[in-house]
Amino acid sequence: MSNFSLIVLLLALMAIGYQLGMVRSRKVATVNPQQKMHSRPHHYGMMVGLWAVIPAFFILVLWTLLSPGVINGMVAAQLPAEALAAEGLTADVIMRRISNLATNFGVVAEAEQWELAAAAYMQQLQTSSALLLTGLMAAIAAAGLFFSFKRIQPHLRARHQIERTVKAVLIICSTVAILTTIGIVLSMVGETIKFFSFIPPADFFLGTTWNPRFSTTGVAEGSLTGSQGSFGLLPLLSGTMMIAGIALLVAIPLGLMVAIYLAEYAPASFRATAKPIIEVLAGIPTIVYGFFALVTVGPFLADFGASIGLTIRATSALTAGVVMGIMIVPFISSLSDDIITQVPKALRDASLGLGATKSETIRKVVLPAALPGIVGAVLLAASRAIGETMIVVLAAGNSPTLTANPFEAVSTITVSIVNQLTGDNDFASPQTLVAFALGLTLFVITLLLNIVALVVVRKYREQYE
Amino acid sequence: MTDNKLSSTDKDVAVEPVLLSKTQQQVAASLARRHRQEKLFKGVGLGAVIISLTLVAILFVNIFAKGVPAFWQAHITLDIYFDPEVISISEKPVQGADETDNEFRQRFIEWQTEVGMVNFNRLILDGLNKVIPEAQERQYRRDAARIVTSGERYAVRDMVIENPEIIGQTKTVNLLTDANIDVWLKGNIDRSLPDSQQQLSPKVREWVEMLSAQGIIENRFSFALFMNPDSRSSPASAGLAGAFVGSLYMMLVVIFLAVPMGVAAAIYLEEFAPKNKFTDLVEVNINNLAAVPSIVFGLLGASVFIGWFKLPMSAPIVGGLVLSLMTLPTVIIATRSTLKAIPPSIRQAALGLGASKMQAVFHHVLPLAIPGILTGAIIGVAQALGETAPLLLIGMKSFVAQIPAGPFEQSTALPVQIYLWQGNELRNFFEARTSAAIIVLLALMLTLNGLAIWLRKKYEKRW
Repeated sequence: MSNFSLIVLLLALMAIGYQLGMVRSRKVATVNPQQKMHSRPHHYGMMVGLWAVIPAFFILVLWTLLSPGVINGMVAAQLPAEALAAEGLTADVIMRRISNLATNFGVVAEAEQWELAAAAYMQQLQTSSALLLTGLMAAIAAAGLFFSFKRIQPHLRARHQIERTVKAVLIICSTVAILTTIGIVLSMVGETIKFFSFIPPADFFLGTTWNPRFSTTGVAEGSLTGSQGSFGLLPLLSGTMMIAGIALLVAIPLGLMVAIYLAEYAPASFRATAKPIIEVLAGIPTIVYGFFALVTVGPFLADFGASIGLTIRATSALTAGVVMGIMIVPFISSLSDDIITQVPKALRDASLGLGATKSETIRKVVLPAALPGIVGAVLLAASRAIGETMIVVLAAGNSPTLTANPFEAVSTITVSIVNQLTGDNDFASPQTLVAFALGLTLFVITLLLNIVALVVVRKYREQYE
Repeated sequence: MTDNKLSSTDKDVAVEPVLLSKTQQQVAASLARRHRQEKLFKGVGLGAVIISLTLVAILFVNIFAKGVPAFWQAHITLDIYFDPEVISISEKPVQGADETDNEFRQRFIEWQTEVGMVNFNRLILDGLNKVIPEAQERQYRRDAARIVTSGERYAVRDMVIENPEIIGQTKTVNLLTDANIDVWLKGNIDRSLPDSQQQLSPKVREWVEMLSAQGIIENRFSFALFMNPDSRSSPASAGLAGAFVGSLYMMLVVIFLAVPMGVAAAIYLEEFAPKNKFTDLVEVNINNLAAVPSIVFGLLGASVFIGWFKLPMSAPIVGGLVLSLMTLPTVIIATRSTLKAIPPSIRQAALGLGASKMQAVFHHVLPLAIPGILTGAIIGVAQALGETAPLLLIGMKSFVAQIPAGPFEQSTALPVQIYLWQGNELRNFFEARTSAAIIVLLALMLTLNGLAIWLRKKYEKRW
């Protein structure tokens, strides 16, 4: 029986348990009229339902996770040793062939006699495993139902049991965020360590050429000299930083002035219309910006450059940077806007009272007071710019060279991750694994920026609260 | 007051110089400059706002100007005679009572092969010959074959399969023309280019001009864009249906996974969690996760869901899981701020009447928070809908020519389809089609965001 139908059956069982529990608790209440029931009937019903379902569900999860491994192990133990030696294939490939045979999926080339036998054995094991699971779940669900059903007494605190269960579920959900972080770190660190077994860390972090070549797994070590490729991070890092820098050069003045104008000068009605329109920029998918950069901004910049005698490539660091700058304007403007409006009115009044003009007040009093918060906003925007992918994939030109000329095509960390990790991933070649090393680098850079930004912003908040 | 007085004296400096002290003189002298600076500063601010608004306008106008024409496409109207001699197929098999599934499948496959052998293209060409008699000539055969896009033979086939009675009849049908004809008619290619650089041969161009003058080829609304999956062999019939369904599956996964989990986590953190190291850790974590670049989630998906759990590549289920993890922090943060805004008096009243903490939260606080939670959830889902980078890493950028039948099938997503189309070599045609796809994506996202704003406006309560 498939897991899906088992789950449907469990849900049906839960409904039955609920009804039984309710009926039983009402009966118990009428039998002992002098004793007050602790909980309401539906609490008892819910309790019985949960007892019936939760243990059986755990069995289902455990079984689904463990049984494929056990079955594979049992089949592998049965394989004739001489066949394995003769084939010269890895155990992994053979097991995949057998499981494909067992599911009637079909395999390349004619199946050997012993393979067919193993597949039949696997099929048989799978059938008995499914039967066993169904039986076990039925037994456990029935036991849970019966046990809790019998326990319904006036003094039984059914509601407390339910509330404890609900709370446990809530706690589990809130740990998912931590598990995600752990998952990100573990998976990336694991693959990065594998990568460093091919390429020494020094070559990665300090190398000045990026030329990963093609995947060479399966080719004996050293047989193709130089096919290893070079994995120097520096060209990518410089491209990333250049594009992020250009983006910030566009976004900081624009975003900050927008924030100042909207917070200090604009009439309320103008602010109410302009602010959401500018924030629309933050909601547009980055692929749209990428397309815009590729077909509109790039050619425009190239033509503009040609008209003043500059060679600007249509896909260049400048194109990607300018468009990315447009994208992060709303991040800087709304965060700074919040921070500027939080500056206490007393500071402004004092400055205005001394005869300063409004712009002097803003420049000499409000902005210095808001500076930590604005720095935090800029750092957050910078981390977004560094991690941005689609704009640079489409508009930066994908040319991993170490250059200081913003009119040239460059490549970034994110572009290289996309280039190295698409299509058939082979998790044993440095060409694929380098994506994780790059990802980890990116993760660490953005994490540091975020932490600093959060600390700065929090410090600032405390100052005026 | 002083300000006024100073500025009035400013002009009368020459008349009453004796009244001013040295400081006052300095102030008066600098005042004009300071006021100029004030104006300049305000002007720069206004300029920045105008530039930003203009940028929004340019972006939208640009994409709409390119994309809107692509919703209409060149169609050709032909009278097609469903020639029984060409369509010599037996009746569609029906499973007999005494037939096993396998036998029936065998028979069905035989029938499908038979249908596959039929030269439906012949029917289309015969129809074409009626409007262009010249096309029958041997030397123009290749030109004639390039007028109707190659995917339309399947449309004709489906007409026959759906309604076998039309065999022997003549029907007027609308077919898509080749993508290059659409490009030519819309003027998306320079007509003055020499023949060697034109995609269409001189003969085809001549015919197209003729047919379009007769109204046989005309621009009609392109249902293909919405009803068809992607296509490589027949670019004119490439559509968004496959990508749309893929995105839909992913959004369903996000709605059923990220939203309940995020809300549960937020309820725990906001209402139940004690202040301790663990809660602090979770909190810092969530804030950081919200700012982790989306591509990192793609790496997580590639190594954990595909590498360890062996889930299928390019499947919406994996995309949905990755996007769920990405959306989770957004949902948690939005839900928490909504819960925070519910006044404590509601909880105190419930607790005072004897409700347990759980009852106070689930019976009283949560119902009040639902509009806010929904708003946050919708915004999170809209954000997930537009995300591209992580999906590229889990293999969703492979070409998929059918509409996925389930979340475990191969599929693409709307933003990924945009990415694929912008890279198509048939630039003249796909630039407009990509813009049209962007308009569809933006329309979906704006609808979702509009819904969120409407919900907030409608149910917003100020305590």
